Order: sequence, then structure tokens, then C-alpha cells
Amino acid sequence: MRYSGFRIIKEALTGNRGWQPAWRNPEPKPHYDFVIIGGGGHGLATAYYLAREFGKSRIAVLEKGWIGGGNVGRNTTIIRSNYLLDGNEPFYEFSLKLWEGLEQDFNYNAMVSQRGVLNLMHSDAQRDAFTRRGNAMHLNGADAQLLDAAQVREMVPYLNFNNARFPIKGGLLQRRGGTVRHDAVAWGYARGADTRGVDIIQNCEVTGFRMTNGKVQGVETTRGYIGANKIGCAVAGSSGALMAKADQRLPIESHVLQAFVSEGLKPTIKGVITFGAGHFYVSQSDKGGLVFGGDIDGYNSYAQRGNLPTVEDVCESGMALMPMIGRARLLRMWGGIMDMSMDGSPIIDKTDIEGLYFNGGWCYGGFKATPASGWCFAHLLATDTPHETATAYRFDRFRKGLMIDEKGVGAQPNLH
Amino acid sequence: MIINHPLLGPRDAQEFTYLGDASLIDRPDWSAEDANEQYYGYAYLRDNPAGLHRELWFHEQGDRSWLVVTRNTLTHEITRVEFASHVARLAGRSR
Ligand SMILES: Cc1cc2nc3c(=O)[nH]c(=O)nc-3n(C[C@H](O)[C@H](O)[C@H](O)COP(=O)(O)OP(=O)(O)OC[C@H]3O[C@@H](n4cnc5c(N)ncnc54)[C@H](O)[C@@H]3O)c2cc1C
Repeated sequence: MRYSGFRIIKEALTGNRGWQPAWRNPEPKPHYDFVIIGGGGHGLATAYYLAREFGKSRIAVLEKGWIGGGNVGRNTTIIRSNYLLDGNEPFYEFSLKLWEGLEQDFNYNAMVSQRGVLNLMHSDAQRDAFTRRGNAMHLNGADAQLLDAAQVREMVPYLNFNNARFPIKGGLLQRRGGTVRHDAVAWGYARGADTRGVDIIQNCEVTGFRMTNGKVQGVETTRGYIGANKIGCAVAGSSGALMAKADQRLPIESHVLQAFVSEGLKPTIKGVITFGAGHFYVSQSDKGGLVFGGDIDGYNSYAQRGNLPTVEDVCESGMALMPMIGRARLLRMWGGIMDMSMDGSPIIDKTDIEGLYFNGGWCYGGFKATPASGWCFAHLLATDTPHETATAYRFDRFRKGLMIDEKGVGAQPNLH
Repeated sequence: MIINHPLLGPRDAQEFTYLGDASLIDRPDWSAEDANEQYYGYAYLRDNPAGLHRELWFHEQGDRSWLVVTRNTLTHEITRVEFASHVARLAGRSR
């Protein structure tokens, strides 16, 4: 069933009796050509593009809970392509372009809203760094605009411009950045994949791999054994725990990141604003809640909930940037498990085991990557060669010293 | 989280900074045949378990000691706290 304005009117006039479930709930088959582990954004997008772009069939997505229950439904929904390094920027710009056409492509309203992402700067050194980053973005075909303090003040007059310690000196604005309704991304990809014959199998946890002579044959799951020619692992924060079952150690640690939503307020914040002197970012959802977050808690965790010191730190940064936020009451907060890699950049690569492919290391920035990650992982699974924008996302970059370390902090995942 | 410091008793985890897996104590021998390979594993690869994890915390705003904390990454429950220097000596290191 195609969704459209016409369909809504027709259903309204006929008592809304024609709607159908957006995807099936099939029983697992004994064998597939492609099994994708993890029904988050990346896994579902991978299955979608495998079917739609690469013409593959006999594909299953195995999800241990329900689709959208992981980070894809827990993030703060920001999309942007404002990276500095060559290994990253073309990939994230490819992703932003895919976001721009996504809703028409999968016929689902994901509320892609290019309301702009503004990174604030507070020192001369930061202005230099942002100028350089803006130029790198231009070189890769992305949009970027350097604003001075007066221009920022015009856009967002309510910020604390005269903070003695962290005066706002300007900002780097990417107008094409913005926010997307995160659940709808999972649902849209799920529906698009299902329509093209992909089996989305929920409540199906992968508990082990069956291998012979260094080649993977299939997966053991809570719903029985499922054979596969090729297996793609896209389980984000659970990467370490899952790949350990294939005896793979990864350049990844799992960490918890928290997010916060205030009570609904009148429209105040148009786009996304990030504080450059601490870690704090904020946007306003269409329902009016301020959606904000900051640093990861900073210790290994699989708990999907964080601790109070980080809550305090995030709120302090918020107060330093926009003191009026102190009047808003917090409505909800939660945590998600990040696959923090050793250089802060992701991996889309084959593993040492034939037939087993890996997608992970997305840190706290993998939501914006969802379309390109799915596309590039599908490319790798279908053709056994990396997509041109993902050639740097290899495992062996750590062995070879070819790190893609945007922050330059080294092999210390809790600092990325 | 409260870390039960072996000398100072229960302390707020905020007083500490976190480094990572306690295997970072076992720095490989730089002169070994396969030192390259060993350092690759040491610097970049992690077990990253869902469950008990032995990890290094530095009491930065306290007595500046390094501790090995055994903590469950699924619940954040801390079950054991030792001095890193003690752990290293037990493993045969001189300090
Ligand atoms: C609080 C927070 C804020 C964030 N903010 C942003 C942001 O503003 N912008 C941005 O770009 N990114 C953001 N991120 C990061 C982004 O959400 C993630 O990088 C991205 O969603 C990860 O990919 P995914 O959607 O495939 O992961 P997930 O949705 O976590 O998918 C992985 C799935 O694998 C399943 N799984 C795990 N183990 C198994 C198993 N053994 N068998 C079967 N299934 C399994 C899980 O149940 C899960 O559904 C944020 C993350 C968090 C937590």
C-alpha cells in the first residue's frame, strides 16, 4: 500500500478500515542468502538497500527485541555533515544527500527537517578550527557558513553572549543539517524492506555462530538455527558482546550516553545549537520539548541508563549557554549504549571470518549516518568491495596507523 | 557510583577519572619478536564484556592512586576494588 495525501482522505471517508500493518511478522526460514543481525536503523537500511539498490533477495533482519528499540529510537535525532577529515566527510555528505530524498524514496514520512545546525565558537583558536572545518566541508560539496557574533545574535538572541569565560564569538552554520523523527526512520526502512520481500524477524536474538573451516554457515538464535551465505552484523552498542561469540576482539568499547527532553514549550529554538566550550547540544521537537544531551558517562557500560554526575554536567553546560533553560522542567531522560571506537570513526568491513561482515563503531553519531551506512554495508555485502565513500572504514587502519581521529585524542574511546 | 577505596573508604566516582580495561597494566615487551602485533592488540583491541569488567580508575581528586575496580557493566555494581600497584606486583612486575 502506498501512502499519500489522497490515501488519507480516502481512508477518512471510508472509516479508516483499509490500513494494513506496515510490515509482516514472518516465521524465520531455515536459510537465507543474507542475514543482517540487528534491527536498528543501520540493519534495516542495509536490508532495504540490498533489496532495492542491489537487487538481492532472500534477506532477513534478526532483531533480539523490537525494531527501533535500540539507539535508533533513543538518539537526539540530529543529522549533519560537518566533519573535517577526508575519511569521513564524503561519507557523511553522501548520507545527508540520501536523507534529502529519503521520504520520497521509501514512501514514508520521516519528518526530515533541515532546520540548520549551528556550532558555536568561543575563542580565536576555535574560530580558526571552524574556518578550517568549513573549508573542508566546501571541498567535499557540503554547505557551511561562518557567522560572526552579530549574525549569531540575530539568529538566537536568547543565548548568553556575555559569559565572561566563554563569550560567543560566532558560529559555523550548516543550513542543510537538522533533525529527523528517529522512530519513523526505523519504521520507514522496515516497511520499505518488507515490501521488497525482506523478512524482519523480531524477538530473535543471535546467540552464536556456526562455522566450518573459517567460514560462517549460519547463526544460532533464540528462535532456532538460521543458515546464511553472508552475515552482516549491525548491532551498534552490542557489537563487542556479539562479535565475542565469533572470537573477534574489536577496537571498540561500549559506553552509555544519556538524552533529555523537557516539558513542551512554545517554539523557541528553530534549529540545532551546540555549545563549543562544553559538550551540550539542544534542539526543539515539533511537540515543543527541548531535546538535549552532552557527554557520554565515560565508563564501559551495557546498562542503557547513566548516572547523576553526567546529568548535572549536561544541565550546567545548558545553563552556561542559555540560562533560560533553567526554567524548563525535565520530562524524560534515558540512556543508550554507544559502540565507541578507538579513533571515534566507524568500521564497515569484512572480518577475518569468511562470510561474516561487520558494521559498527558509530559512537554517538551514527543516526545521521543511517542511510549511507545501510547503503555502503549493502554495497560491501553485495559486491565484496567497499563503497567509494567508505574505503577508509577498515579494521586494519588501527594496525597501519591510519586513524580517522577527528578530535585527535588517540586510542581513548571515552574521549571521542 | 560509589567506589570503595581500599584506604579511604567509600568515595564518589566523580572524584576519579576512568582509563579503561585493566589489561592496560600489562604493557607488552617492546623488544619482543612480535612487539608490533602485541602493541596493536594492547593499544586498540578490547574484550568489552557485558558483565564483570576489571578496569582502571585514577583517584585524581583524592590520593592520586590508580585502582583496579571490578564492576558489572550490565548493572554498574562494583564488587571489588584493589590498588593497581598491588595487582601489578602480584603479576610479577617490580612496581
Ligand atoms: C542518547 C543518544 C543520543 C544520540 N544522538 C545522536 C544524534 O543526535 N545524531 C546522530 O547521528 N547519532 C546520535 N546517536 C547515535 C545513534 O543513535 C547510533 O549511532 C545509531 O542509532 C546506531 O545504529 P543503529 O540504529 O543500527 O543501532 P540500534 O538501534 O541500537 O540497533 C542495533 C540493534 O541490534 C539489536 N541487537 C543487539 N544484539 C543483538 C543480537 N545478539 N541479536 C539480534 N539483535 C541484536 C539491538 O536490540 C538493536 O535493536 C545517539 C545515541 C544515543 C544513545
